[in-house]
Amino acid sequence: MLHYIGKRLLQLIPVLLGMTFIVFMIIRAIPGNPAQLILGQLASKEAIAALEIKLGLSQPWYTQYFDYLAGLLKGDLGESMRTVQPVAKEIWPYLAATMELAFFAIIIAVIIGVNAGIISAWFQNSWFDYMAMVLALIGVSMPIFWLGLMEQWIFGVELQWLPTTGRENVRDPVNSITSLYIVDTIIQGRFDQLGTVLKHLVLPGIALATIPMAIIARMTRSSMLEVMRADYVRTARAKGQKMFFVVYKHALKNAIIPVLTVIGLQTGLLLGGAILTETIFGWPGIGRYIYEAIQFRDYPVIQSGILVVAFIFVMINLFVDILYGVVDPRIKYD
Amino acid sequence: MSKLKIWSFLLLMIVAVTVVLAACSSDDSSDGDTKKDNEEGTTETAEEKVLIFGRGGDSVSLDPAAVTDGESFKVTQNIQETLLNFGQQDTTINEGLATKWEPSEDGLSYTFTLREGVKFHDGTDFNAEAVVKNFERWAGGSEDQFPYYGSMFGGYAGDEGHVIESVTAEGDYTIIFKLTRAQAPFLKNIAMSPFAIASPTAFEAAGDKFGDSPVGTGPFKFVEWKRNDSITIEKNKEYWNSEEPKLDKVIFRAIPDNSARLNDLLTGAIDLADGVNPSDGSTVEGEAALQLFERPSMNIGYLGLTSTRPPFDNKKVRQAVNYAIDKQAIVDAFFEGRAEVAKNPMPSSISGYNDDIPGYEYDPEKAKQLLAEAGMPDGFEMELWAMPVPRPYMPDGTKVAEAIQKNLADVGITAKIVSFEWATYLEKARNGEADAFLLGWTGDNGDADNFLYVLLDEDNIGSNNYSYYSNDESHKILIEAQTEVDEDKRNELYKQAQVIISEEAPWVPLAHSTPLLAGDAEIINFYPHPTGSDRLNKVDFK
Repeated sequence: MLHYIGKRLLQLIPVLLGMTFIVFMIIRAIPGNPAQLILGQLASKEAIAALEIKLGLSQPWYTQYFDYLAGLLKGDLGESMRTVQPVAKEIWPYLAATMELAFFAIIIAVIIGVNAGIISAWFQNSWFDYMAMVLALIGVSMPIFWLGLMEQWIFGVELQWLPTTGRENVRDPVNSITSLYIVDTIIQGRFDQLGTVLKHLVLPGIALATIPMAIIARMTRSSMLEVMRADYVRTARAKGQKMFFVVYKHALKNAIIPVLTVIGLQTGLLLGGAILTETIFGWPGIGRYIYEAIQFRDYPVIQSGILVVAFIFVMINLFVDILYGVVDPRIKYD
Repeated sequence: MSKLKIWSFLLLMIVAVTVVLAACSSDDSSDGDTKKDNEEGTTETAEEKVLIFGRGGDSVSLDPAAVTDGESFKVTQNIQETLLNFGQQDTTINEGLATKWEPSEDGLSYTFTLREGVKFHDGTDFNAEAVVKNFERWAGGSEDQFPYYGSMFGGYAGDEGHVIESVTAEGDYTIIFKLTRAQAPFLKNIAMSPFAIASPTAFEAAGDKFGDSPVGTGPFKFVEWKRNDSITIEKNKEYWNSEEPKLDKVIFRAIPDNSARLNDLLTGAIDLADGVNPSDGSTVEGEAALQLFERPSMNIGYLGLTSTRPPFDNKKVRQAVNYAIDKQAIVDAFFEGRAEVAKNPMPSSISGYNDDIPGYEYDPEKAKQLLAEAGMPDGFEMELWAMPVPRPYMPDGTKVAEAIQKNLADVGITAKIVSFEWATYLEKARNGEADAFLLGWTGDNGDADNFLYVLLDEDNIGSNNYSYYSNDESHKILIEAQTEVDEDKRNELYKQAQVIISEEAPWVPLAHSTPLLAGDAEIINFYPHPTGSDRLNKVDFK
């Protein structure tokens, strides 16, 4: 097992290295000059040239790339050109905000998606099956933008049940220690604030969960359908076991592997792909952080931001791979 | 899965669902997020007057001297004060931290008398020495440290063009500026947000981290900054004007989406919303609990014609395009009428505006005739660049471009609409790669120089003169006007420059828009400033 993890971690190196190179080249290939964007519209040509030298942009690309890599090896993610802050220091609050939201969303997506898929497969071709699959189809094709604004309008403006944007009630701000507000409010024993923080998670959480939920539901259903036709399921039924246990104990265990893969991939995607949700719900997450960096051609932030997201993405998938063996003892690592 | 696992899984599910439901329905009185809760009020928050100001983006830094973005100034304007202030809703010069200011006859020196008994938030005394230290800090910097200082005062200490020769303290409350040459907009520059006075003790200690926790003399003190989320400032109880500020706290929240921001206003989660779409103006007016604010216009939205690219190197073609476009229809359709049709490159509120210029009325026949005179009776093909982002001066670039495309087709010109991501768009346009492009500008200090010289002088080709317009005559006039201290003579020069620019037609000026804000109906004494930096010291709730 440890050997396997070690091997997988080693494999990460070329993946991440390749990724830094691709990102590095792409952001330099697109037009737009960071020095110009930092200095603003009134800047003189001389000043732009001077700043380019200061930022190291006047050097050949390979020098810049190897300087960046050398920094990474020392654990230095670079410094934002725009805010002049180290990226490593700046990135955590954004990452924490997104992690909290993505985690919340994936829990909703898994609970509802897996169960909807199981029940659809159990009662194949029933009205529930049809309804769930139509909803799933709508879910994957729903524009998040529209869904988000609709949620805000119905649950925020009309019903006044839930707050529409942001992470907290700014009139009673959370004293941020870890930047994970759920954790912060619990450590500080502010359970009233915990309620508010959870309330703020609901609408963006649902918006973000919609697509993964639909994908998970469809995947669970098709995987379950295959397993339910297997002989051992019939045997279990013949032994007189209750259908509930047959489905949730025997069948699910065998059907869960592809579902786990999808959950892993979707969780990773939520981390980097929440830009739309973060924009509509004014969520100070990493998607918006990187997106805004792109607008300002803040190269170090783009490079390191994507690197961090990619790293988490591959780690989640490694975790899922290890989980296979836990769920299904037939899978061995060596 | 064992039975135990199944049961614990189900239990976890139930707990999760319960938590969510409980969170949804809790009527916790400490949560003032919804309008209902807000009206009920709680004993703590009812007395404290908190204004939550929702806007499109976060600040870059809270050191106003270090940035050029309006979202930073919007906050710093309330923390640090300038020696002179602009008027409530215009750019006239009024007292600020200085109570008197006297230019010498030749315009080469200015004497400022400072307000006495003012202290910075950290307890440092505000006096002549503090002012000198601020100017020394800026002058000793470079363009990437203090960008506006260099562009407004011609460079930094030791640079040839640097306007400020010396700043000296005479006693505790008198400051003397000596200039290397007369600078007509000098006082207006001094009143700009980037030149707000900061506590020398604080910036000497913080170095380039000063922008994280600014210290000034203003009506509000900095409290907290959660990046991309919120900035909190609170009442400065020792403010020199004991009547102000009226509010206890102001929280600036970054909510990028215009519709989401309006939703937040409707729920009462925010009290004031910047950047309201012109199309949402009537929705706000229809809500009894809300009021609409208009920011006086100090901008221009235009169609630039790159005068180095054929056929726009021909003046007749540029004029033909001016005649071909129905500006009134564009203003009515896409600015919802909340804009003034433009005929000059600057709005009429700016001193030196030439109202005698007839402008180009909508006249397709005249346009065709001019095209024929230019040797192109059958028109030509061109690219029309549409801005990819909404701006107050151009709420919907694509739609405006489509309207222009139709107008041009009517006179035989085939325009293909293209667009790029915003930074790419600006870079390519700056390089002169566009035939015709939509763009705009919001003034910094309400001076004609800040429009005409900055946008249309040959010195600024490759920077803000995107249309590559160059004309010796207008260049001479604009340079002369920069040092002319006699207001009337100076206005006359700008009027002449506008005549030449109108005749040469490097742009099709489209509109001077009125940016909209919306707020709670209870808000009083909020007067949006044309520069976009609003002072909130008088704002109160009914």
